[in-house]
Amino acid sequence: MDYFFFLLFALIAVVSAVNVVVQRHPIASALSLIGVMGSIAVLYLALGAEFIAMAQIIVYAGAVMVLFIFVIMLLNAGAEERRGRSWTAQLLGAPVLVAFLGMICYFIQREFANAGFMKFGNFSGGSAQSVGLALFTDYLLPFEVTSVLILIAILGAIVLARKEMD
Amino acid sequence: MVFFIITLIKIAIIAFVLLTVLAYLQWVERKVIAHVQVRMGPSRVGPHGLLQPLADVIKLITKEGVMPPHVNSFFYLLAPFLAVFMALISISVIPFGTQLTVGPYTTWMQLTDLNVGILFILAVSSMGVYGIALAGWSSNNKYALLGGLRSSAQMISYELPMSLAIASPLLIAGSLSLREIVNSQAGYNLGFIPKWLVFAGPFPQIFSFIIFMIAAFAETNRIPFDLPEAENELVAGFHVEYSSMTFASFFMAEYANMVTVCSIATLLFLGGWHPLWPVEYGSNFFAPLILFGAGAICIYHGLNPARPLDRYTLPVFGIVFFGLAGLMLFPPTVPILMPLFWFLAKCGFLLFVFVWIRATLPRFRYDQLMGFAWKGLFPAALLNLLVTGFLVALAS
Amino acid sequence: MPDALQVLNNGVPISWYLMLSAVLFALGVAGFLFRRNIITVFMCIELMLNAVNLSFVAFANMHKQVSGQIFVFFVMVVAAAEAAVGLAIILTVFKNRETLNIDEISTLKN
Repeated sequence: MDYFFFLLFALIAVVSAVNVVVQRHPIASALSLIGVMGSIAVLYLALGAEFIAMAQIIVYAGAVMVLFIFVIMLLNAGAEERRGRSWTAQLLGAPVLVAFLGMICYFIQREFANAGFMKFGNFSGGSAQSVGLALFTDYLLPFEVTSVLILIAILGAIVLARKEMD
Repeated sequence: MVFFIITLIKIAIIAFVLLTVLAYLQWVERKVIAHVQVRMGPSRVGPHGLLQPLADVIKLITKEGVMPPHVNSFFYLLAPFLAVFMALISISVIPFGTQLTVGPYTTWMQLTDLNVGILFILAVSSMGVYGIALAGWSSNNKYALLGGLRSSAQMISYELPMSLAIASPLLIAGSLSLREIVNSQAGYNLGFIPKWLVFAGPFPQIFSFIIFMIAAFAETNRIPFDLPEAENELVAGFHVEYSSMTFASFFMAEYANMVTVCSIATLLFLGGWHPLWPVEYGSNFFAPLILFGAGAICIYHGLNPARPLDRYTLPVFGIVFFGLAGLMLFPPTVPILMPLFWFLAKCGFLLFVFVWIRATLPRFRYDQLMGFAWKGLFPAALLNLLVTGFLVALAS
Repeated sequence: MPDALQVLNNGVPISWYLMLSAVLFALGVAGFLFRRNIITVFMCIELMLNAVNLSFVAFANMHKQVSGQIFVFFVMVVAAAEAAVGLAIILTVFKNRETLNIDEISTLKN
């Protein structure tokens, strides 16, 4: 059962990620990215991180991607035209990618072959209570600093997006 | 294996009941708005217009589904699907009552109890924005695009006060699971005041309740916040290019969202399935009393009929109500039906408030709407959360 | 046969999650390098951040500590802040240059 869910949602994630890269219209890429985020949220649930899974959907898929879709709709971004790409990029692009991936997978398999197995339910420390406890005791300073970071981001976005006063 | 079969049966029952309730919610809305406006509402199709939803469904299904050639067809068809999917899936974590024992099997009246249940509801409601945004954009029509963008901006702006208004009772209840939140509201203060979160706790959550209801009106695009989809604004906004079943699915999604937010308000603030006064003082007889009263009214009006057909139909309704009242008095079913009755009564009252406000209030202008969210509700919700947190910390 | 069932009963090896994370990250890098639309490039950055989040959560499960998930929390906050400011910059660039193709925005002055 664990294998089945992992393979299903990993397949959905990889296919959606390929779609993000390959689609020519930005809205199609954005929707495929939402698909990636959704399937990664399910994988988080399988790994026992239930609070982070819900936070992923609320923050990433429900707010950040809405922002992307707003900007694409406001700018009326159309489909990308197919320009001439260089021969090296077209010939070497996919094989180099596959070689790079093969190398990484080999190293991962070598290092982490006996690292452990993931069964659904073997890690119960991902509940909202444990995340909250860790955030407010061990990681209190980074938590407060991120609130200042969000304030800076709000100020930056407002300054950049306002009309010039002449 | 047994678990799967029981869950499948529960899914079938809840889906069937929910879809019927959505259709008849529209009947209730039309009748209530009509009587507020001193007219009759649907009264021809079936007794008192009760078969009107059936007629509407048949009309919408058999109507020609026009798909204009200038729309982006994949997203045009995806948008109502997304809207309905997100609206219906949030019902899966709502507990309707307590445990139900049939033969050797015991199960809760809830499809699944996630221990981050309330976060699931928030997540699904933030995904509900996509149906409307995609509908507006894919219609390739400037009115639809404006309506879709306005509606999406409204929904994400009101998500903030709604989440903060939900966070305050969670501080008192101490858990994110919906079942635990309702269980923390059991019991009575002083013997007869219920420990619902809207009355009791270190800080009565009446302000959270009001903020949540206002934000819920905006989240579900209901009056007074329905500018993006009103018929006389922007030529009906984001669903102007949709016809027949796709149009119906947007409205089904809106009513399902309404049912969801009323259920969440009932669970978080009004005590879920717990009765208003203790069982020792006779709250188990409230439901049969109301149903007897309804039956008596039906039979009385059946004897002095206002319309010729009422002579036959109203007594039948009266007998049905008497039968339901008798069912509520039957001792083996009382522990199952009573919590369900209280939950449905509270949720139904909140749905009536939704329809009542639709019949009475005018709608906000868009800049007033957004200003109200960011400059009014959001600081109020923050202040409420601050005071609640302070009092909870003092009390523990 | 019982050996295969035993393997199926153990659960998914953690290294598979790490390989999935590597695949998603590599796809993000490929999109970042090869796409011309500035918004799509930005979305590939978000894809890379998601891949990294997945490997953090997998390690949190492996070591049975919650610190990996705290890291994911902070990465999400930073990604949200970056998305807000980055999209505001994209809007300003579009207002000035009227194009979303990064090949045409490559000089400081027109």
